[in-house]
Amino acid sequence: MKKKNLKASLNAAAVEAYIPKDEDFVLEMDQDITTDRNYASQGFWKGVFTRFFKNVRAVIGIVIIVLIIILAVIGPNISGHGYAEVIKITNDSGKKVLAKSLPPRIPGLHKLFTGEDYDDDFGDSTFLFGTDTMGRDLWTRVWYGARVSLLIAFVTIIIDMIIGMSYGLISGFFGGVADVIMQRFVEVANSVPRLVIVGVLATFMTKGIWLVIVALLLTEWIGMSKIARAEMLKIKEQEYIMASKTLGANNFTIIFKDVLPNTIGPIITQIMFSIPTAIFTEAFLSFVGVGIVLPQCSIGSLISDGFTNITTLPYQILPPIIVLALLMLAFNFVGDGVREALAPRIEDM
Amino acid sequence: MTKYIIKRVIMALITLLIITFVLFLLVRIMPGNPFPSERMSAAAIAKKRAEMGLDNPMMVQFWNYIKTLITTGSFGNGSALYNGAPISSVLPVAMSNSFRIGGIAILFGVFVGLILGIAAALNRGHFWDVFCTVLSIIGVCVPSYVFMIFLQYFFAYKVTIFPFYFDSARFLHSAIMPALSLSLFSMSTVARFTRNEMVEVMDSDYVLLASAKGMYGTKLVTKHILRNALIPIVTVIAPLIVDLLTGALVVEKIYGINGIGKLMVDSITGEGVDYNYVLALGILYSALYIVIMLILDIAYGLLDPRIRVSSSKEG
Repeated sequence: MKKKNLKASLNAAAVEAYIPKDEDFVLEMDQDITTDRNYASQGFWKGVFTRFFKNVRAVIGIVIIVLIIILAVIGPNISGHGYAEVIKITNDSGKKVLAKSLPPRIPGLHKLFTGEDYDDDFGDSTFLFGTDTMGRDLWTRVWYGARVSLLIAFVTIIIDMIIGMSYGLISGFFGGVADVIMQRFVEVANSVPRLVIVGVLATFMTKGIWLVIVALLLTEWIGMSKIARAEMLKIKEQEYIMASKTLGANNFTIIFKDVLPNTIGPIITQIMFSIPTAIFTEAFLSFVGVGIVLPQCSIGSLISDGFTNITTLPYQILPPIIVLALLMLAFNFVGDGVREALAPRIEDM
Repeated sequence: MTKYIIKRVIMALITLLIITFVLFLLVRIMPGNPFPSERMSAAAIAKKRAEMGLDNPMMVQFWNYIKTLITTGSFGNGSALYNGAPISSVLPVAMSNSFRIGGIAILFGVFVGLILGIAAALNRGHFWDVFCTVLSIIGVCVPSYVFMIFLQYFFAYKVTIFPFYFDSARFLHSAIMPALSLSLFSMSTVARFTRNEMVEVMDSDYVLLASAKGMYGTKLVTKHILRNALIPIVTVIAPLIVDLLTGALVVEKIYGINGIGKLMVDSITGEGVDYNYVLALGILYSALYIVIMLILDIAYGLLDPRIRVSSSKEG
């Protein structure tokens, strides 16, 4: 009885004596405490996103791509000039002057640094990238060209993905004679350099955007089909495919509903590396003179135009080259990031 | 091994024949006009067509084409380019220009790339490694022709060390810039691949074992690391050479080189596309590509006995 009382009073004393304060629960910030995301239970795609956005280069790539896409969409409209518009400006004496071959001019900046306005015919008109030899605004043309190049790349890659993926999946699924024949065809198609395809196409197509698109369509699907076939060969041995077969699913269902969603990872990686190839091919074809025709423009044709005047007007070639280099860099960064996010190696975890 | 090579060669020949046939068919069937029609009368066109055998059945035309190609080495005459001179007299000059520059570029690119890659792998995290990474990023994101333009601008225009245009009379002096700009991409790719492969091999157990047995230095690098690392590098070289072919198109335009790339561009961008040139160059390019693939396939088999064994079991 006495003992019990003592214990109770002791307890009461202890409780009275020490009341925990807020400071007792401060997190030790100098230690590297993060949530363990690698082993936490989470969905596959959530893990991919987390890993992707932890990769600094990939995030830089995404930011650059988004910025360029935004500028390609709104850029041509904010300058107030059309991409094919030859700019003529009325000067003080009432004459119309062709605004050709102007270096970049931003009146505000000019005034800031020199303390005076431009004293030529063009007054306070702004050309961020200058104008070309025909008197067209380069800012508009560069972003319009970026739009054309990106559009070509996206359209061809999506169509190529559909063709290549179906081809590879079907070839891999049926195997046997069908596979042998289809793979021989791929082998032959793969031994024709893209240049030759462009040459043959040029014999009967008019030069322009469509020639570039068709040339890309005819070559880029091969890589996609190889990857899809390899994935199919891996997946079709797995149990769930057998289960699907046992339940009476037809070939179409198995190929496109059971296998296709599981091949998406490697395909996305391939797409990310195909887009810069497409942009580069377009730029290269336009540079050589079988691509985009005037007054339309693309990154490649702008570089080509700039190259003709490089010794006298070197600033004309810089904006398209920088945009092209940034695009290639960004897509390669994102491609690497996607590949690493989809198939993490143990040392990265 | 002999069986492997023979099988590969036969397959390559068949592929080339199929491609030649398809190219021939495409070029002949497709609507398109080899003659700039507004300058020729209908009768003159008909006469020219009969002369060139364009009215025969397709198989006969193909057979004739292959027959003359193999027996006399003639691709026929051009119709618009070089005033209809025989293609086989134009091609050798163009080929020698292109191949010499391309050859220098690929040798230089692979050689320097290998050395850079090895240096980077042996000094991981130090100067050469960083240099290699930066170079590979530049090589990936700056198309070779942009690099060419800058090279030309600075070294031929700003500082006149090298001539602006190619001049076959002073071959070496004027070939340095085109070859250098062509080799940038292959150099950076080879360097990156070599580095990654070397690093992977250096971390493997058998290299650990070899060094545990007391092997070190050059012998370890060349005998154990490099030989195993080289195998995958051979596979990147094939696409590189192909890229070189396309890159050569632009470099020939920029530096004014009379090569096959320039011929190709001329034959498809001129007025009235030149059938025979497109066909001849198409066959030439495909043959080149197939031969390169064949050589690399065989080299691959020589370097890696496992491939040789598995493929001779199959067939």
